[in-house]
Amino acid sequence: MSTLTRVSRRRFLQLTGLTATGLVLGAVMPRNRALAGILDEAAGAQLNLFVSVTADGSVEIIAHRSEMGTGIRTSLPQVVADEMEADWHRVKVIQAHADARYGSQNTDGSRSVRDFYHIMRQMGATARALLEQAAALTWQVPVEECTARNHAVYHSGGGSLGFGELAARAAELPVPAPESLRLKDSADFRYIGQSVPIVDLRDMTTGNTTYGIDVHLPGMLYASIERTPWLQGRIASYDSSAALKVKGVLDVVELVAVAGAPGFNPIEGVAVIATNNHSALKGRVALKVNWRKSEHSDHDSGAYLDELAARVEGGTGEVRRQRGDVDAALASAASVVEATYRTPYLAHASMEPPVATARVTDERCEIWACTQTPQATQRAVAEALELDVAAVTVHVTLLGGGFGRKSKPDFSVEAARLASHVGKPVQVVWSREDDIRHDYFHACSAQHFKGALDDTGKVTAWLAREASPPIGSTFDTSVRRNGSGGLSQGFANVPFAVPNLRVESHEAPGHVRIGWLRSVYNIPYAFGVGSFVDELAHAAGVDPAEFWLQLIGEDRFLDFSADGFEYSNYGRDIAEYPFATARTKNVIRELVGSIPWGEKLPPGQGWGLSVVNSFLSDVAVASKVEVRDGRLRVLELHGVIDAGRVVNPDRVHAQMEGGMIFGLSLALNGEITFAGGEAAQSNFHDYPIARMDQVPAVIRSHIVASDAAPTGVGEPPTPPTAPAIANAVFAATGRRIRELPLGKHFSV
Amino acid sequence: MKLTINGTTTELDTEPDMPLLWALRDFLGLRGTKYGCGKGLCGACTVHLDGQPRRSCQLTVADAASGEITTIEGLSGDGSHPLQQAWRDFNVPQCGYCQSGQLMSASALLASNPAPSDAEINTAMAGNLCRCGTYPRIRAAIRSVAADAASGAGASAAEDGA
Repeated sequence: MSTLTRVSRRRFLQLTGLTATGLVLGAVMPRNRALAGILDEAAGAQLNLFVSVTADGSVEIIAHRSEMGTGIRTSLPQVVADEMEADWHRVKVIQAHADARYGSQNTDGSRSVRDFYHIMRQMGATARALLEQAAALTWQVPVEECTARNHAVYHSGGGSLGFGELAARAAELPVPAPESLRLKDSADFRYIGQSVPIVDLRDMTTGNTTYGIDVHLPGMLYASIERTPWLQGRIASYDSSAALKVKGVLDVVELVAVAGAPGFNPIEGVAVIATNNHSALKGRVALKVNWRKSEHSDHDSGAYLDELAARVEGGTGEVRRQRGDVDAALASAASVVEATYRTPYLAHASMEPPVATARVTDERCEIWACTQTPQATQRAVAEALELDVAAVTVHVTLLGGGFGRKSKPDFSVEAARLASHVGKPVQVVWSREDDIRHDYFHACSAQHFKGALDDTGKVTAWLAREASPPIGSTFDTSVRRNGSGGLSQGFANVPFAVPNLRVESHEAPGHVRIGWLRSVYNIPYAFGVGSFVDELAHAAGVDPAEFWLQLIGEDRFLDFSADGFEYSNYGRDIAEYPFATARTKNVIRELVGSIPWGEKLPPGQGWGLSVVNSFLSDVAVASKVEVRDGRLRVLELHGVIDAGRVVNPDRVHAQMEGGMIFGLSLALNGEITFAGGEAAQSNFHDYPIARMDQVPAVIRSHIVASDAAPTGVGEPPTPPTAPAIANAVFAATGRRIRELPLGKHFSV
Repeated sequence: MKLTINGTTTELDTEPDMPLLWALRDFLGLRGTKYGCGKGLCGACTVHLDGQPRRSCQLTVADAASGEITTIEGLSGDGSHPLQQAWRDFNVPQCGYCQSGQLMSASALLASNPAPSDAEINTAMAGNLCRCGTYPRIRAAIRSVAADAASGAGASAAEDGA
C-alpha cells in the first residue's frame, strides 16, 4: 500500500488550507485488523488522508466525524465523492480511528459540515487531480487532455481508464499544489445537494449495525458500576460478599475518583465484573455501598431554582452587554412588561446509553466506543493508564444517539481502568438508571426580563438577567457564572433594534455535573427570550410575527462589540460568518407564508412561533396547539431553516423533524429534579421522552435555498420549539406558562 | 434449555431468570435486539414470541422457551420484509438504534391489523421510544405498507373471486 509519507506537514497544511486545527499528516496509519465488524481500515492505495482506491476500483473515503444520527458519515464522504468524480455506488465509507491528523473529530457544536465542507472538497479535488495525472502519464499525454468523470478518467481523444486501474500510479505521485486544484462549479455537482440515502441504512433495518454496545471481543467481561449518588461523593465502605456469590460475577472493583473538578473523570463507584450483563446487574443489586457525603449532598433543585429566580428578580448582576440607558427608558415608559422564566435540568437519554469496551495489552490500550470525541477519549485514556497517546487506539462505533453526552470520555476511562485491572477486555455498560442519575446534566436556569413600550407599542428598553450553572463549573469549581460563550447562545446576542438594552448575568454555582445537550444554553435562553418577545407583542397589541420583524429591525450585520459584548459566534470569525438580520427575518417571513398564520381558530386552539439564530443558522418554528379539558396536544409543527448550502437535504429535513420533536419532548416532558443531592428520576417512566402519540400528525420543514457557506443543522431546530409551543398555548388559552416543562400545567 | 429463535432451535445454558435480551445478546450473538431501559419502557428490545410483540428485557429465557422467538435478524432474513423496505424508502433511521424494536412492533401490528388507522398506529407504537424523533417517518412507512397491503389484498380477493 502507498502512503503520503513524502508529503511535508507544511505542504499538507497548505493543501488543506488549514493552519490552526491541528490537522497534520504523519506516517502510515496503524493497520490493525478491524474487529467487531467495524470497518475502520482502508485497504486501497492512499491518495490522501481521506481517500484510498483499491485495485478493483472501490473508493474508500474516511469518515472522521462520529455518526450519531445526523447522517454525517454519509454527508461528508458525499462531498469528497462528488469533487473527485467517484461513483457513489462504488464508495466504501471507512470510520476513522482517533487520530489528530484528521483535525478535530469532536462531533458536536453542529459544525461537521460547517468546518469540513471545504476541506472535503479539497480532498476530493486532490484525489481527482492525482488520478487525472496518473492517466496522463499512462497515456503520455498532457494532463489537460484528461478528465475524471464518474469513476474513470477519459482522454479527449477517446479511451478511458478506471480509477482502480490508476490507483497505484496515482498514489506514487506528489500531491498537487493547492493553488492548482480546480474545485467543481456548483452547477456540476453530482451528489452535493442531493438526498443520498445514508450508508448505514440497510444495516439499520436488519439489525446488522455495530453500536458501542454491540462490540464483542473474545474473552470479554461486562462491568456494571454503582456510582455515588451525589456530586463528589466518596466510597465510605462497601460489602461485596453477596455480589461475589452471584453466578457469573468474577470480581468487584473500587473505582476511586481523581480529586478535583469532575471534568471528564469517572465518578467514584464500585464495579461488578461478570461474564454477562445479567450477572453484572444482579451482582450490583447484591452489592452494598455506603457513601460519604459531600458539600453537594443536600442539593435541592426546587430550592436552588427559587434562589436563582430571587437573584435575577432581586437586582443587577454582572453587566455583560449594554447600550443606552435602560433604567431611564424603563422609568419613562408608557408601559413596562416584566416576567421571570424557569427551565429545569435535563438529561440526554440517548437510546443507547454510554458504553465502552477496552482491551489493555503490553503497554497498549484499544478502546471501542460510541464516542463523539475520539481524540479526547484517546487523551483521557492515555492519562488514566499513564500511556503515551500513541499507545491508545480508539475505534469509533456508531452511536445510538449522542446529543452531547457522548462528548465526555468518562465511560471509556472506566472501561480502560477496569480492563487494565482485570487483564481481560472489559465492556462497561451504563444502565438506563446510571445514564439518567449520573448524567452530565443540562443546566437549569432562571431568567428575568423587563421591556419598556412607548405609546405606539415600540420597544424602548430591553433588560435581561440570567442565572444558570455554567458548564465551566464541571471543569473548574471556582467558575460560578456563565461566560460569554454561554451567553452567546441566544441571551446576550439578541438581534433586537432597541435603543436601550442591558444584559446581566448572576452567579449560579454548580451542584451537579453540568454538560451540554443538543443546542446547549440556547434551550433555556430561547424559551425565555422567545416567550418574552411574545408577551411584549401581546402587550403592544401587535401580531407576534410582525412584532418579531419590527423588533429585529432593519437589515444589517450585527456587531455586538459596540455594546461591549464579546460575542463568540460559535468560534468563527464574524467577518466570515456574519450575523445577518435579513436572514433571521426571512425565516420568519417564509414560515408565516407557509402556514395559515392569523387564521381564525376554534376556541382552545392557537398558533405560536419563535425564532432563534444558533450555530450560525436561523430557524423559525411555529406550532399549533389545542388545549381542551386540561389536556395539551400539539397539532402541528412547522420549521424553516437557513443553514446556507446544504449537502444532503433529506438529512437536513430529518434533523429539522427530529430537532423539533426533541424540542417538543423537553417542552412537554423534560425535567430532572434533585433532592438530597440525588437525581429523583431514573428511567423513562419518570423522565419521559416524546412518544409517537405526542408527536403531531403534521410536521413540516422547509430549507431556505442558499449558496452561502454551510452552517449548523443538528442543533438549531431545537431551541425555538419550546417557546413556539408555549406561545401557542397562550394564544389558545390566555394562560402564559413561564416554566418548563408544560406537563406540570397540563396533561400531555 | 432449548430456545427456538428465527426458526432454529438452540441449546442455552443460562439461568432460567435471565432476560431473553441478555441471552440473545451476550450468549447467542444476536445483537440486533437492543438494550434501552431494562424495564419494558422503551421498546428497543422488542421481539416476537409466537408472533406477539414482547419486550425481551421483561421476558425470561424460561418464558421464551415455550414458544417461537423472532428477532430482527429473523424478520425476513434478507431485509426484504415490506416494512424494512418501507423504512429504507422513507429514510426512517437517524441514529438507527431503536429501529430494530420499531420494526418488530410495527410488523406485529400489521400482522394482526393489516390496515391500522393513524390512532391505532400511534397506540401500537407508543411504547417504542425514539430520541432522534423519527416518528413521523415511522408512521408514514407503516401507512405506506398498510396501503400497499390494502391494494394487494384487493387484488388477491379479486383472484379468489375469479
